[in-house]
Amino acid sequence: MSRADVMLPAAPRATVAAPAGLGLRPPGGDGVAPVSLPGAAAGAAGVDCTHCGSPVPAGYVEPAAEVQFCCEGCHTAFDILHDGGLEGYYSLSDRRDSPVRSSGRSYEELDHPAFHELYVRRGEDGLSRVELYLEGVHCASCVWLVERVPFVVPGVVRVELDVRRSLARVEWDAALVPLSRLARSLDGLGYPPHPFRGVRAEEVRRREDRAMLVRIGVAGAIAMNVMLAALALYSGWLGGMEPGYERLFRWVSLVLTTISLAWPGRVFMTGALAALRMRTLHMDVPIALALVVGLARGAANTIADSGPIYFDGLAMLTFALLAGRYLQQRGQRAAADSAELLHSLAPSSARVVEGEGEGEGEGGKERVRELPAAALLPGMLLDVRAGDTLAADGVVESGSSTMDLALLTGESRPEEVEVGAEVFAGTVNLAAPLRVRVSRAGETSRLATLLRQVEEGGLRRAKVVQMADRLAGRFVATVLVLAAITVAIWWQADPAAAVDHAIALLIVTCPCALALATPLAVSVAVGRAASTGILVKGGDALEQLSRPSTIFLDKTGTVTEGRSALEWWRGPDWVRPLVLALESGSLHPLADGFRRAWPGVEPASASGTAHVMGGGIEGIVDGRRVRVGSPRFVREAARGGAELAAIPDVSLTPVLVAVDGEVVAAAGFGDPLRADAARSVARLRSDGWRVRLLSGDSPAVVTAAGRRLGLPREDCLGGALPEDKLHVVRTAARNGTVVMVGDGVNDAAAIAAASVGIGVHGGAEASMATADVYLATPGLDALVRLVEGARRTMRVIRRNIIFSLTYNLVAAALAMAGLLHPLWAAILMPASSLTVVIASWRGTTFLPGTTTEEAGR
Amino acid sequence: MSVLYLVVPLAMLMVAVAVAAYVWATRSGQLDDLDTPPLRMLHDDEPRPPARR
Repeated sequence: MSRADVMLPAAPRATVAAPAGLGLRPPGGDGVAPVSLPGAAAGAAGVDCTHCGSPVPAGYVEPAAEVQFCCEGCHTAFDILHDGGLEGYYSLSDRRDSPVRSSGRSYEELDHPAFHELYVRRGEDGLSRVELYLEGVHCASCVWLVERVPFVVPGVVRVELDVRRSLARVEWDAALVPLSRLARSLDGLGYPPHPFRGVRAEEVRRREDRAMLVRIGVAGAIAMNVMLAALALYSGWLGGMEPGYERLFRWVSLVLTTISLAWPGRVFMTGALAALRMRTLHMDVPIALALVVGLARGAANTIADSGPIYFDGLAMLTFALLAGRYLQQRGQRAAADSAELLHSLAPSSARVVEGEGEGEGEGGKERVRELPAAALLPGMLLDVRAGDTLAADGVVESGSSTMDLALLTGESRPEEVEVGAEVFAGTVNLAAPLRVRVSRAGETSRLATLLRQVEEGGLRRAKVVQMADRLAGRFVATVLVLAAITVAIWWQADPAAAVDHAIALLIVTCPCALALATPLAVSVAVGRAASTGILVKGGDALEQLSRPSTIFLDKTGTVTEGRSALEWWRGPDWVRPLVLALESGSLHPLADGFRRAWPGVEPASASGTAHVMGGGIEGIVDGRRVRVGSPRFVREAARGGAELAAIPDVSLTPVLVAVDGEVVAAAGFGDPLRADAARSVARLRSDGWRVRLLSGDSPAVVTAAGRRLGLPREDCLGGALPEDKLHVVRTAARNGTVVMVGDGVNDAAAIAAASVGIGVHGGAEASMATADVYLATPGLDALVRLVEGARRTMRVIRRNIIFSLTYNLVAAALAMAGLLHPLWAAILMPASSLTVVIASWRGTTFLPGTTTEEAGR
Repeated sequence: MSVLYLVVPLAMLMVAVAVAAYVWATRSGQLDDLDTPPLRMLHDDEPRPPARR
């Protein structure tokens, strides 16, 4: 919504009475203008923003007004709220208190037919529906504010916000209001919307979730009622019961259990049939067997009106297994969810040149429109401004610039591109405008392909879970043999008792706790890890990380920060403002290094600044000609400074500064170690890991970094090409578990070859796709937490398995001896499952790290 | 005690009704999002401004 739309035409802002409780955070001010309240000490003139409570900069204070704003975004938001009669927002205790920043975008692309084709569904009632991913959603007041958009934008019928996933479901009348108007409103409130790209997957998932919940609910209701009937029967068994009532309860149990097994329990039968058809023994096989045999024997006994029935155990079993499976499924989605999020945050729109070749500028027909990224087609011409992220793969048609490829390659150094160069979606144009002819867009782009691999990796089934299934296969074979033995032993004495004991054995050893033990512990651990910024894609990674072995660390970007920093400087102080003057407007990483190194230095003003590709930068500062750049470039037009040429460390990139044709200063840029690197490496070593550096940098640089980390010289391998890295990792993997941690495409092959590959924050998508674990927080601290969390997870799993096997062993022995009454079976079975559930849930696995608080709070 | 023959089937019937209600609620999406509604109920209802739509 634009400012003009929301300003009250007849009532100037200054005369708008502030509602009670409005404005300052210590609530109060009954009709008193907030500005005059005592205690408002912050800000230039002691004035706080009416909307967000931040101090108002001196230049923004309007002495005559009763309401004050720190920025235009807050002003817009206040106007929207006031216009809609929504001042109640200011009385919410939990409202956002960070300044609202409106991006001011037009969101024109949301009205394009191609966008509607892709994302918008039209209902039969004439309303359109779309899902938008909102940035900055975090609390109750966000829900309140977003869901009241229909009050202020006519034609919008309903907005519903899912606060956990930041998804807003919007229903609106496309004939009355364009979607872009709604998007501008949301943007003005501080929630920039992005089209949500996982709509189709979301539909499938929602359907699955609902079916699963229905099954669990039905199975649960039946289990509880069968338990009630069983309670009556067991008390009757203790205290005596009339046969008529007993028959009643047995029949009720039979009917209910049959329903439970035929409806929610059917998934186990179909699963078991599928496994048998594949000639494997799946966990579903023993479960289905126990369910079917138990039901058949129980039904026969009910009809015969004598002998034990097993219905309570069966109904409970169905319920517990379904619940366990649901939990497992939710845990496995954590990684897929994060990939979905990445999808939604990739650039959603691009500037497309239309009517090209018909003259540029005012008089020509050529014009630039914003289109949704999904609507881009090969052959379109894109206008990419400096600072824009590319939305599609393509070839540069005109212009030359430098691109930041870090997202794809992990390479921190920008790459120069010229006409004819291939550029990729997700990379950032740093220096100058470009025109790019689209070659691949949407789902076929390199970025989308990589993201898809990440998603598939996330859905891949954990090998530990598969191992539990194999274990179950052996387990069920053992149980079947034991059942046969039981029948053989008891057959001489009493054929009927033999069958009963065998069935009791089948039911009581049904690997319920065993089936839950591993997946539950893994899914709880993976979920906790994800909430601390560690995305684990398979349970097998956790298993292998739990035992110390060899760990290879890539240097650039993993151990170091992966960006250029000024590490060495020789030259007079008066040169600094001159250098900053030139570099202040540049996006080059070395310029960034200068700015970070001298935050306190005020840059002078420069004019006539010119970039020279591959050389440096030149301009007039305070009337003096200043050149900053590579030694070759600077020496072209300057002399002297020979004593400055010798930089002590060969690992540093040299930069010279010349003023009026005289070399006056020299700088060396390097890649500093991460702050927590030494501490984390020491921690890993004390945990028993052998830590080695494996880098493409020159051996001298790698050894120097290794020395600072406290690593022996033979553990610092430098000058390794990607092929060498692969070779080293493969060789080491022959002798045991190898963990590879890296961030770039040059590490991707080694990451894939290692027993466990770990991609680190800010790394290339390629390394994310092949990695088993992705660390979403910077620094090596996350690696330490991962390794220690994995160890604790395996301890929980081992405890679970030992417990469930012990339980099964005892129960099987009792059943074979004919000592197991169905009552004990009914008590022991849920109790064992419950113990495993509680142990998994309460077990300490991943501890929250020192991650920063959510942005915006 | 013979009332049991009447009461137990009646109880089963009530369970059936409850299960049917649960199934309906799930299928109509009321259990899709368990995080937002508890926040939403904290807000007071306000009369919708007339003629805004």
